[in-house]
Amino acid sequence: MSALLEVEDLSVEFATDDGVVSAVDGVTLSARAGEILGIVGESGSGKSVLISAILRLVRPPGRIVSGRLRFEGNDLLALPEAELEAIRGARIALVPQTPRTSLNPLMTVGRQVERLLRLHRGMDKRAAREAAIAMLERVRIPDPKRRAGQYAHELSGGMCQRVMIAMALATEPRLLLADEPTTGLDVSIGARILELLRQLGEESGAAIILVTHDLGVVAQTCHRVAVMHAGQLSELAEVDELFERPLHPYTRALVRSIPRIDQQIALKPIAGTVPSLVNVRPGCRYVRRCPDALAACRRQRPPLIVAGNGHRVACHAVGQSNVVR
Amino acid sequence: MPWGSRMSFVSVRGLDKHFPVRGAGWLSRRNGPAPVVRAVDGISFDIDRGRTLGLVGESGCGKSTVARCVTRLLAPSAGTIRIGDKQLDRLEGEPLRAARRDVQMVFQDPLAALNPRMSVERAVSEPLRLHTTLSPAEQRERVREILTEVGLRTDAMGRYPHELSGGQRQRVNIARALACAPSFVVLDEPTSALDVSLRARVILMLEELRERLGLTYLFISHDLATVKYLAQRVVVMYLGTVVEEADTDELFAHPRHPYTRALLAAVPVPDPKVRGEPFVLSGEIPSPLERHEGCPLRSRCPMASAICAQPVVPREVSPGHVVACHFA
Repeated sequence: MSALLEVEDLSVEFATDDGVVSAVDGVTLSARAGEILGIVGESGSGKSVLISAILRLVRPPGRIVSGRLRFEGNDLLALPEAELEAIRGARIALVPQTPRTSLNPLMTVGRQVERLLRLHRGMDKRAAREAAIAMLERVRIPDPKRRAGQYAHELSGGMCQRVMIAMALATEPRLLLADEPTTGLDVSIGARILELLRQLGEESGAAIILVTHDLGVVAQTCHRVAVMHAGQLSELAEVDELFERPLHPYTRALVRSIPRIDQQIALKPIAGTVPSLVNVRPGCRYVRRCPDALAACRRQRPPLIVAGNGHRVACHAVGQSNVVR
Repeated sequence: MPWGSRMSFVSVRGLDKHFPVRGAGWLSRRNGPAPVVRAVDGISFDIDRGRTLGLVGESGCGKSTVARCVTRLLAPSAGTIRIGDKQLDRLEGEPLRAARRDVQMVFQDPLAALNPRMSVERAVSEPLRLHTTLSPAEQRERVREILTEVGLRTDAMGRYPHELSGGQRQRVNIARALACAPSFVVLDEPTSALDVSLRARVILMLEELRERLGLTYLFISHDLATVKYLAQRVVVMYLGTVVEEADTDELFAHPRHPYTRALLAAVPVPDPKVRGEPFVLSGEIPSPLERHEGCPLRSRCPMASAICAQPVVPREVSPGHVVACHFA
């Protein structure tokens, strides 16, 4: 599969009164057509900033300081704003974390889908209305005709998220960015939203980037996973490989820190907290929490090395212990 | 623990909490009594001293209303609540205030639960001022002691909530709940707002405190994995009623109620090789305004048949395992 989106050595910084916050530091990854790529990490790992950067929506005082973003052959960082507008929302769509507040409270949900279709697909009013109802049906909203005439406050959280997915898909995007789409929803509703995303991804052949803090969601939904810590990419692998052979000490710690429903485990919290990203020194940002830290980890950011088929890891300690095949 | 066979520490019997619906039209009122939301409808459970009962269910099932009734932040519409030797549902005024010393609560949102203008020391010593006759110096000593107990450094005493991390804030809330050495603590989703690494630490701390201080917990959560870790016994709620109750190992190994099975099947397991049995309910939770004859789940249940319109009587399917389902 060819890469639809290539993120290369991307860094995002925010200039604040306290100093420069390095929110994303040299992240390299790609998303392929038809796959779901999970991005997982604690709060403050830079997951959401990375998503904004892919949309080139980082606002001042934030700034993409270096790196490259290629999408369908376009250099997103070099594109003039007007051309980007044609991509953003149309070729790349976003499913946000808070569906209810992302919907316009004063407009029926059907009209919001209609407006999008008229704007991006140039439909007339009647065609847009019919297409909007068809979209709501496609995201499995029961009784879509009636629901189209309702407002966000009349719908449940799961229903609002379905509307957001319908809006994201209305323009037939090639890349769908889903930022914690099930956070705040009940488990059974969340499971259905994820299943829906999976089906729609398969049907449309679009790439989906799913940002989450939940390893369970990653394991059950994604094809590949990128693990992020404090703005840096720690590990990238196929989902089976990552859970079977986690190499980065942070990935291993994450797996041990969550209680499980299917087996009894000795819960082990990750040491320390996500470090401050203000005026950070060079080196691996996991070093102060890491049981395997070496002297080199403080001096130099570990490069992303190949550790097997499609498996990449950024850790000096892993490189040392000859894990690389 | 077969119920009622010996004296439990906490005993709730037939708890009802009905909220009147404001602004209901005259049309609905003309036909019979004023409409009510049956948030909690005839709930009973027991907790042994020093144990944790997990109360699970999805949004709107009434679990937080149970928490607020048990701590008497809400007055129940009917039913009895006994904690130790106190009949909490009967108490009012000064005796109720005195009884509350023994019954504390930790809330979901650690920031919202703290007064932004109170320092950590004031927040934690507030229950001491209300419930004890300790001198200011003794109060200060107790605050130090309890902060150490929950893993906070005593130099946090002068700080304010906005200066603390999420995990530290929840520790302050827990310290505040434990300041007067209660015997029973209601934990309403205490780890939901916390990040993964903090969540694990708070879970371990709660467990350690329970063992060391001999606390009894009612642990309310929608996170089944955490409930499995902390609770010895679990009650599953749906639309204000108990649908299943069993010891934790039994419930997770042999869930009998379709709702419990659906809940368990929906939990994403952090292992791509483990695929849960697909067991899905249709639709969404119906409005609690509607009066449900028969099984409350029947509109969504894949197993539902004509008999489900009949009222369900909870049945003990194995010792200590009670299920409210016609097919159990």
